[in-house]
Amino acid sequence: MRIVPFAASLVVTAGLVFALNKQWGAIPPMGKFLSPQHGFWQNAEPVSQGFNANLHFPELKGKAEVYLDERLVPHIFAENDEDLYFIQGYLHAKFRLFQMDLQTKAAAGRASEIAGKKAINFDREQRRLGMVYAAENTMKEVDKDPATKALFDAYTNGVNAYIGSMKESQLPLEYKLLNFKPEKWSNIRTALLLKMMAKMLSSGTESDLANTNAKSVLMPDELKLIYPAVHDSLLPIIPKGTVFDKPGIVPVQPATADSLYFGNTKPVAAVENSKPDINNGSNNWVVAGSKTQSGAPILCNDPHLELSLPSIWYEMQLRTPTSNTYGVSLPGSPFIIIGFNDSIAWGVTNSQRDVKDYYDIKFKDKTKTEYWFNGQWVKTKLKVEEIKVKGGATVYDTVAYTIFGPVIFDESFSNANAANRNLAVRWVAHDPSNEALTFYHLNRSKNYDDYEQAIKPFECPGQNFVFASKSGDIAIWQQGKFPARWNRQGLYVMPGEDSSYMWQGFIPQAENPHSKNPERGYLQSANQRAVDSTYPYFIPGTNITPRGITIDRLLASMNGITPADMMSLQNNYFNTLAEDAKEILLGYVKETELSATEKKYLDIFKTWDLLASPDSKGQTVYQAWWDSLEVEVWKDELSRIKPEAPWPQKQTLLECLKRDSAMKFIDNINTPKIETLYDVVTAALRKASVYLATEEAAGKLEWSKFKNPTVYHLLKDALPAFARTGLHVGGNGDIVNAVTHSHGPSWRMIVQLTSPTEAYGVYPGGQSGNPGSKYYDDYIDKWVEGKYYKLWFMRDGDRTDKNIKWTMKFN
Amino acid sequence: MKFITALLLTAVLAFISGLYLPWWGIAITSLLVAVIIHQKAGRAFLSGLLGVLIVWAGLAFWIDMKNNGILSKKIAQVLPLGGNSLLLIFVTGLIGGLVAGFAAMSGSFLRSSPKN
Repeated sequence: MRIVPFAASLVVTAGLVFALNKQWGAIPPMGKFLSPQHGFWQNAEPVSQGFNANLHFPELKGKAEVYLDERLVPHIFAENDEDLYFIQGYLHAKFRLFQMDLQTKAAAGRASEIAGKKAINFDREQRRLGMVYAAENTMKEVDKDPATKALFDAYTNGVNAYIGSMKESQLPLEYKLLNFKPEKWSNIRTALLLKMMAKMLSSGTESDLANTNAKSVLMPDELKLIYPAVHDSLLPIIPKGTVFDKPGIVPVQPATADSLYFGNTKPVAAVENSKPDINNGSNNWVVAGSKTQSGAPILCNDPHLELSLPSIWYEMQLRTPTSNTYGVSLPGSPFIIIGFNDSIAWGVTNSQRDVKDYYDIKFKDKTKTEYWFNGQWVKTKLKVEEIKVKGGATVYDTVAYTIFGPVIFDESFSNANAANRNLAVRWVAHDPSNEALTFYHLNRSKNYDDYEQAIKPFECPGQNFVFASKSGDIAIWQQGKFPARWNRQGLYVMPGEDSSYMWQGFIPQAENPHSKNPERGYLQSANQRAVDSTYPYFIPGTNITPRGITIDRLLASMNGITPADMMSLQNNYFNTLAEDAKEILLGYVKETELSATEKKYLDIFKTWDLLASPDSKGQTVYQAWWDSLEVEVWKDELSRIKPEAPWPQKQTLLECLKRDSAMKFIDNINTPKIETLYDVVTAALRKASVYLATEEAAGKLEWSKFKNPTVYHLLKDALPAFARTGLHVGGNGDIVNAVTHSHGPSWRMIVQLTSPTEAYGVYPGGQSGNPGSKYYDDYIDKWVEGKYYKLWFMRDGDRTDKNIKWTMKFN
Repeated sequence: MKFITALLLTAVLAFISGLYLPWWGIAITSLLVAVIIHQKAGRAFLSGLLGVLIVWAGLAFWIDMKNNGILSKKIAQVLPLGGNSLLLIFVTGLIGGLVAGFAAMSGSFLRSSPKN
């Protein structure tokens, strides 16, 4: 043996193995990652891959079959509920494990375990918002009800059965890239997923912090003008003219409100880190048989969410001898969330209601162990949060819980800004509730009464549940647990030194806005305010008005409706807001003062057909011009407000200008001159033209090139290669086809309640979460084109049908 | 002849090791082959390198063909190889080959006497 050379080359070999087995920054362990028998190559699924399988699990009570069709949609035929949800969990894990794991870890404030230091503030905010606390409260409710618990257990066991049977080489690709391993599932992770949805849909619908700052600068009449509760042009969810019951609860404004609440001009420095997208909205509508060609109701739904690969939705059919449901599920939760069964169909949109308030807390000292409440020092409950950080030291954060809820902002946590207030957050999502029960029962509802019962336990996030049945009923309920507020309660941070500003109760469930079989033969919701101003409660929120107007007008004018008509409505590009805005823009632009370039863009706008279609240049010009006008009008006043004021809605500016073309905000307070609407409309076009010229030079004047519609991978900028960019699709947040840069209709569904049911659907993704599978993004092109798949609602007699490509047998 | 035998045996054992051992099993098998079939260090290195390079690149090529290049195009952007699948296949082979080459060289030195 040649000791020295041997030792040297052995050291080199060992060093090489060590270096290639270790993660360096963002670079995965290259040896492990590249090995064709262990690494990413194992995720390169053959395009001719089969999915037949014979699987045995001791947890199963009976036999079950899963029939996979050519789109990889599973049709589960089980003998009982437990087996059904066990298999649903198994399939979710098989096709979407990384997504489930990542989303629930992020929900629990554990993103730093995967992403490292940069996610610490995100995690702290999640914990301080009480996400885990909320999920634990849900679990207490679930555990109280043995029937629900059994279903959660079955689902969890199914997920873990897959994780347990998986070889390391079968780990989803993302685990190999990021070099970590999946964690076993548990019931609380399902609760965390539901809380993730609650945050997405009911945490960004208030602007209390920004409102508080706006109030410290603006006068009450100015606030009312630029942040109106009800828009003039509102077409509410509940048809106008509906008479509401006398309120069951009349909350009383505290005697000190004028001085301590409305009169408090102290600003707040804190800003939320991860505020959900305001565009998290949706459309749904239903038309009665009287308006359709077939004579049967048609129900439609397209939930607008951040688009991602894998998609938030996973399509499936769940069947037992006593239930049969088709639709989309959320990987991480049992049940079908949006879909139909043999008797009914349902869909959801977000209520956009404000169910989250802040209270000023006075701590005795920096230990945060006691706070002043109702004339004495009361003990807080301190929760020490342990945040593990990949490649770094564990971070500990102490969160004080008060009678209102957790103190989200205090001197140790308020982002980059100087802390000046301790703010506790009161959020309906914290309250014990069991929303999963609603979906279990909706999956099995046979008629209106079942549906009405099913949605009752649903508390947060408030949703507009639209409904249609084969017996011909149509209905909608805005369902949730909503605080009964006195006028303007909770728009701003409230005093938290006694109980007088606490919520005095909740709007009785029966008084939630609802409508059944209206004479006009249709119902619609598109995130607008549910009711007109005659509703007897103060119901703030972040509503979006224009889509509802477009949908309502079109539905009102349609008759003999077919599913194809509904498809074109879901893909409608008409810009209702621009129709009104056009009058103002063209009426006040000083055409003679424009340069040739400015004139060119004006001409494009003049000849525009008001459609936000993908090749439209007019839509781009409109958007740039209107956005620029908003800046001209609002920015001078609002930039006085620190750190930020809520930006008024597009609809608000439009309505203000229609009402009063000399509105005071038009003037730029930073110039000696008094600007008129003519001045600002023209200045806005000038500024927009500069921007448009650069975009045009880059070949991006067409709307779809301008906004670059993209479906990102869940890890977004970290993995641009896994995204689909440059999609040829139009639309915008206030247009029925609500596609923005990376947000929009995450599932489009149309169900005609004939016998047999005729249903269509599509979502911008694919059934497999594996970027190495041809099923990863195979629906996207269809979605872009505005086309649909006919949904195969498989019957018992179809077990030998040619649509079945593969069969998985479970026993 | 020894070279070819060593190369082939390295390749076969690398494949089998991949079925049962972690990825670095190729270091052990390649070292063993070099001990059993003794060659000079340089030749041992080369037969180890080529043996595993052929298996890894070959497997990767085969997988990629059946996958229509769906994944390799994406990974070749993540890594960054300009989206070039063939380059990614070559890099795959080279990484495995280098580990095996050095392991085989160690095996060669282990067997050879100081006089040689």
